[in-house]
Amino acid sequence: MQRRVFLLAAAVTAASAAKLVQAGTNETPISAKKFEFHPAEVHLKLGQPAILVLTSEDRIHGFKVPDLGLRAEIVPGQETRLALTPDKAGRIVFLCDVFCGDGHEEMEGILIVEA
Amino acid sequence: MLPQDRREFLKLSGMAGVAFASALFPGQPTSAQAADFHFIQFSDTHWGYKGPANPDAEHTLEKAVATVNALPNQPDFIVFTGDLTHTTDDAAERRARMRRFREIVSALRVKDVRFMPGEHDAALDKGEAYKEFFGAPYYTFDHKGVHFIALDNVSDPAAKLGDEQLTWLAADLKQRNAEDRIVVLTHRPLFDLMPSWDWTTADGAKAIELLMPYRNVVVFYGHIHQEHHQNTGHIAHHAAKSLIFALPAPGSQPKRAPLQYDAASPGQGLGVRDVAMAPTAKLTEIGVAGA
Ligand SMILES: [Cu+2]
Repeated sequence: MQRRVFLLAAAVTAASAAKLVQAGTNETPISAKKFEFHPAEVHLKLGQPAILVLTSEDRIHGFKVPDLGLRAEIVPGQETRLALTPDKAGRIVFLCDVFCGDGHEEMEGILIVEA
Repeated sequence: MLPQDRREFLKLSGMAGVAFASALFPGQPTSAQAADFHFIQFSDTHWGYKGPANPDAEHTLEKAVATVNALPNQPDFIVFTGDLTHTTDDAAERRARMRRFREIVSALRVKDVRFMPGEHDAALDKGEAYKEFFGAPYYTFDHKGVHFIALDNVSDPAAKLGDEQLTWLAADLKQRNAEDRIVVLTHRPLFDLMPSWDWTTADGAKAIELLMPYRNVVVFYGHIHQEHHQNTGHIAHHAAKSLIFALPAPGSQPKRAPLQYDAASPGQGLGVRDVAMAPTAKLTEIGVAGA
């Protein structure tokens, strides 16, 4: 059985997190492998709680969203769940911040928050 | 050699030299006295890199060694601030690169050479191969009244100094006086220069906090493959150029991809740095002859 890791993002208010757990929807899977995220472009709706479900196909990677102050490590064989409610429209960069080899510097993606 | 002579020399030898004067130790009174000593900073040599960003990669390091050997006023010592080698998943190849790198730089005339790891050297095996070849990844030394602290923010693949090293740093700093001259050497910036490009240290703020009570601290680092100068409070942080390829200025383009190689001026954006230590110290950027 996969171990599930649930990380409550700092950006999430207690109220929206509670609502989210009840609804249990809006999950966006993102898988990581050397040296890319899949998908590398993730669309989110402004003000709508979302859960990023992070998995790795090969080794430990990092998942960091500097602008939101969010970070997690993605360990193979585990699901890492990151909850967030975007409160600002626009493009937000995420990147791998666990050095993973020749190509690590290109391992990044973007959250596109639509109003 | 005075900076004036150095510029003259650089002009004569066709090298690009840019003098950057800065009050390294703002707590000290400025004076026109000669430097106590000077050292050279090499950074990001990435031995083993192959790619379009530097088609001359096999020779750039040798040219840099020859450039420094040709300086009429040899430095007291030389520091390499990390990414000595380009990363590889192959542990045997990693060691072969370190061996060859060490051979090439053994041709430096100055024999007092200090090394530090970058994430390309140390992050995939937590510094195991690096330590076999170059010893401790963090350490201190003293030179003519200046205390040098080399920090390792790369052996942890998540770019952390870690509590053990921070405790060690705190203990070392406790033995200093607030006015002591302290030079910190790191690979990655200790401060949040550009977190979305991973140009930061996860717990770097803790190191800066420990350094803040000391009035004469300056940091030299690498990682970002370009000259860069920024302060956190009274502490100046100076990034050095690379010897493999240049990276874009922070945030100047969407991705941190290497700047395009220009066959017309192949050594553009590459170089080493001379640091003359005195109450008013001076940084001089030195281009690589023939690169
Ligand atoms: Cu990665």
